[in-house]
Amino acid sequence: MGHIQIENLTKVFMNRRNKPRNIYDPEEHPGDNVLVLKDINLEFAEGEMVCILGPSGCGKSTMLRIIAGFDEPTYGHVSVGGKMVAGPSADSIFVFQNSGLFPWMTVSQNVGLGLRHMDDAAAKAEKIQEYIEMVELEEFEAYYPHQLSGGMQRRVELARALAVNPDMLIMDEPFSGLDFLTHMKMREEVVNMHEYLQKTTLMVTHDIDDALIMGDRVVVMSGRPSSIKLEHKLDFPRPRDFERDADLSRLRSEIFLMLGVPYAV
Amino acid sequence: MDPHTNNISDDNQKQRVWYGSIAFMAIVILWEGIARFSGWSAHIFPDPVTVVTSLFELAMNGTLIRHTAASLFRVTAGFYLAILFGIPLGILLGRMRSIRWLLNPVIQFLRPISPLAWIPLAMLWFGIGDRPAIFLIFLSSFFPLVVSTIIAVENINPSYFQVAANFNFSRRETLAKLILPAIMPEVITALRLTITIAWLVVVAAEMIAVQSGLGYLILDARNALRMDYVMDGMIVIGLIGLLLDYLMKRLGAIESTQWGIGPH
Repeated sequence: MGHIQIENLTKVFMNRRNKPRNIYDPEEHPGDNVLVLKDINLEFAEGEMVCILGPSGCGKSTMLRIIAGFDEPTYGHVSVGGKMVAGPSADSIFVFQNSGLFPWMTVSQNVGLGLRHMDDAAAKAEKIQEYIEMVELEEFEAYYPHQLSGGMQRRVELARALAVNPDMLIMDEPFSGLDFLTHMKMREEVVNMHEYLQKTTLMVTHDIDDALIMGDRVVVMSGRPSSIKLEHKLDFPRPRDFERDADLSRLRSEIFLMLGVPYAV
Repeated sequence: MDPHTNNISDDNQKQRVWYGSIAFMAIVILWEGIARFSGWSAHIFPDPVTVVTSLFELAMNGTLIRHTAASLFRVTAGFYLAILFGIPLGILLGRMRSIRWLLNPVIQFLRPISPLAWIPLAMLWFGIGDRPAIFLIFLSSFFPLVVSTIIAVENINPSYFQVAANFNFSRRETLAKLILPAIMPEVITALRLTITIAWLVVVAAEMIAVQSGLGYLILDARNALRMDYVMDGMIVIGLIGLLLDYLMKRLGAIESTQWGIGPH
């Protein structure tokens, strides 16, 4: 179900004035229109955790939004589990960069958001409890999001996403804005959760270490117009440690070079 | 309810009430001083004791309660009507850009026209009695509520709508579980400002179209040259205004401590 196929995905943000009536060729109309994604072909296996790296503004988030059904491709298509993506659905849950938790709902109401249609109240409460326990937030059920720390809020959002048992999790820089230690802890928790639940997970990040330590595969995208620069399977043994694993460390410096940022200063 | 509440804010609260009362006492002393030493007669500038005595007199013979009840009834009716029509219209306009573009210019045009300018038309259309007054209060509350609701809806974080789409919210659920709770704090603030305007307008409306209410009490007292009754009316209007604002503030405090905006 969580198998994702992206074929010839092209996205152009078009200026209103020269919005095309029929078919649009970005090559012929430079200027006002912004070619964001160019001919992306990618495939994600069921249960795979793929980390997507790229310079900021390169269209990583746009690609995620298209996969989640929030945005439409200009060209090409995206299918999930063999079905074309037609719009957002609870099969693929998007975890927002800044908290997408509803501030007027408690932790358990937020976690129960996707379980609204369960008729059996007891089963529903039990399920909410199960996911709150999974992210270790027992005792905080009745709290409102603003009463929780940044890391706890991200965990609630993860619990809410997982509670609907989606085929796929889509995370757009899920650790942005967290302090260093919380970031490290969340990294571990997401990896553990992925090993346990085996959900197809796409994660956009700007943190090379996150990508290499967490992913089953890393995809590096170029700046705008974005295309795939590198796809690399990460079959390094866990726990992954840059200091002990020379190959992992080498890959990291390669990616630094590829992104054009100094590796050692 | 809120774990962050502490004694310091309680103490501050007491201190604030105390400071506020000092200002009131100072005004009474100043008032007494002017009444005594200005040389104005008690008919033109009654002293505090005269005013308080007449206030008791009006309270005891039922006049005050009757007029206050009449004013409060009109404000409540007009205000509820404004809520009933204004908030749904605001939500509709906030969500539907095309309808907003259609109606917003008209709303912005009607909004700055003082409700008092409508008095002649209101009397012609609704006659004498409660109805024209209720209509004027409705007008005074309706436009600010519509505009505030539109702004509140537009200010909703767009990712919340994506979350709603992601979790397959129906239109009804989007309204009940997203839009209404999201705009609630701003709408309560708007209600607080609006009830103040409505309360201002009712007094003016009652000076023209009706034979009861605090506005009528003041007008009637003026005609009888009873400035002490005029001041009684003003005092009651001020006290009720204070009470209405306090009630709305309480309503807002319940809401905002819940989800962490505003002071707590």
